[in-house]
Amino acid sequence: MKRIVYLSVIASLLLGLTGLGAACGPTPTPLGPVTFLSTQLRPVEEAEKMRKVILAGFPAKVDFIPEDTGPFTDRILAEQKAGKVTVDVVGGLHGDLPPFIEAGALEDLTPLLAKLGDRKFPAAFLELGRMGTKDKLYYIPWMQATYLLAANKKALQYLPTGANQDALTYDQLKQWAANVQKATGEKKLGFPAGPKGLMHRFFQGYLYPSYTGGQVTGYRSPEAVKMWQEFKDLWQYVNPQSTTYDFMQEPLLAGEVWIAFDHTARLINALKQKPDDFVVMPAPAGPKGLGFMPVIVGLAITKGAPNRAGAEKLIEHLTRPETQAVTLREVGFFPVVEATIPKDLPVGIRMEGEGVAKQSAAKTALPSLLPVGLGGKGGEFNKVYLDTFTRIVIKGEDIAKVLDEQAKAMQKILDETKAPCWPPDAPSVGPCKVK
Amino acid sequence: MAQALLLAFQTPEGGFALGHVQQMAGDVAFKDALRNTILLILLIVPLQTTLALIMALLIQAGLRGSGLFLYIWTIPLGISDLAAGIVWLSIFTERGYLNSFLRDIGLIQRPIPILSYENPQGLFLAVAVAETWRATAIVMVILVAGLQMIPRDYVEAAEVFGPGLWQRVRYVILPLLRPSLQVALILRTILAFQVFAVVIALAGRVMPVLAGEAYFWYGSYRNPNVAAAYAVLILFISIANTVLYLRALRTREEEVAL
Repeated sequence: MKRIVYLSVIASLLLGLTGLGAACGPTPTPLGPVTFLSTQLRPVEEAEKMRKVILAGFPAKVDFIPEDTGPFTDRILAEQKAGKVTVDVVGGLHGDLPPFIEAGALEDLTPLLAKLGDRKFPAAFLELGRMGTKDKLYYIPWMQATYLLAANKKALQYLPTGANQDALTYDQLKQWAANVQKATGEKKLGFPAGPKGLMHRFFQGYLYPSYTGGQVTGYRSPEAVKMWQEFKDLWQYVNPQSTTYDFMQEPLLAGEVWIAFDHTARLINALKQKPDDFVVMPAPAGPKGLGFMPVIVGLAITKGAPNRAGAEKLIEHLTRPETQAVTLREVGFFPVVEATIPKDLPVGIRMEGEGVAKQSAAKTALPSLLPVGLGGKGGEFNKVYLDTFTRIVIKGEDIAKVLDEQAKAMQKILDETKAPCWPPDAPSVGPCKVK
Repeated sequence: MAQALLLAFQTPEGGFALGHVQQMAGDVAFKDALRNTILLILLIVPLQTTLALIMALLIQAGLRGSGLFLYIWTIPLGISDLAAGIVWLSIFTERGYLNSFLRDIGLIQRPIPILSYENPQGLFLAVAVAETWRATAIVMVILVAGLQMIPRDYVEAAEVFGPGLWQRVRYVILPLLRPSLQVALILRTILAFQVFAVVIALAGRVMPVLAGEAYFWYGSYRNPNVAAAYAVLILFISIANTVLYLRALRTREEEVAL
């Protein structure tokens, strides 16, 4: 058995090297260490899985360094500025990379994509990787994730009559949470509105598209006013500790909440530890459809990377169908290539996989992208949504007034960055405008 | 520090303007952050100083086992502030130790959400308790050192005249302890302006504080300029505070002629 593993490693090494033949020359030299900086897989357990399992078959040493977005951006930009590049491969969300493109810090990966020919990346993902250019490819898709609802099975008996758990509306979600509160005396719907939570993605990718059909243009529309009224109404059944929740898997496991919305990677521990206690379902739909946000993580190579050959080899390794399947099994990020889902997949991940499929296949599905083209202003853009939420829902300020003021703050960011509208908003000429 | 000043006041074109400071002052969280920070300091610094003084006097009194107490009381010194925040989170959270304990002894039927935005006073008190636990030790250590520097003669001389404990503390120990008190207060107040990990762990975004906002602006909103504006504000308040303490607790020359 061991021999087969060795042989396959050697074979794939040889295949890889012939694939990269031009770069490596006729006598294959052993690859030096590759430095891989990533904003993803930051939790300690995920980073360990990356180092010990996902990268195990890679023929060279990989320094996998997960880093918060702030220091991540600073490090890459500072290295470019100083002309002393140490990082070879960069892994980040679509929205993490624009500052590097502005600074000319990333290589065009079109030639690498040609070498990866048979991977079958979805065309939409590659289009995103072009970052608005015609002929350059700045990142190769690495993995994807999304946000879903997870619920404790104990909550299912309180579903409102006539509600289908796989096709809920926001109205039914409210009714459901109200029923649970009536029965248990506790508020058991939860959102990740803590300091490191991803609540802003809920507004950007789920609530706004579901109610206004867009993320930006309808920010202060009458539909948005109605949306905030209804959300505020729903919030009375939300566990008030939600403003401290970062990862919903913990309150789900503790039983503090029974119904929770969060990122697949932040629900997975609950589903892995107690697969029999929970169910996974698509996010609710609103009047304009089921807004949802696919999250795409990409791999890029820095300009002047000290180990270019190793970097290309690493991307080749990570996008292999086998590696993608292992990545799914170990850290719960979904493949971006056609990969056979392994049979030994933990139940929790299979549950999420079904949820993801149901969500994107919903009749009214309305995929909504992470903000595009905001450069370094992505954080402040998120803050607009969070401030709106804090003012309207937590502090109870007047909805129309808050929306007017926050729309101005948002417009300022859009004007400064000249970002055109991105899906699901209709394309714009020039900066995207809040109507 | 110069870099922080530049970041806070420089415009992208290289000129100087108050744009970032205005952005900070106009922010939703700014007023709350300023108010919470100051209220927290007004509550915990006097509380900690009093507690630390009592603890230091107890240790100095040399009762049996006081060495052990010194060790126990200084344990929080070795714990990082975020870890301390998480420790207290596990106590105060809805399914935490406090609620479980109260339910086990039958005082409550179902857990009370203590750390809720609907309950700002409870949130504030939870943070104050955690901060007091975490940072009283540093004040105590300084005061213990200060007490040990007071020559025995003074205390013995005072004992000869037979005043009560309170009078000895008030007229002999406190005046002689003034330099240490000054150091302890300055250190503790400056550190209190920097508090944020405990607050973030317990209260999330609902109870903004100045240093926490600086952290969010730098790490989450990715605007180092506004973060620097917060840092500069904290710097100026800290300097003003230090000057205030130095003046208020000034030791006159004739007093130190020991």
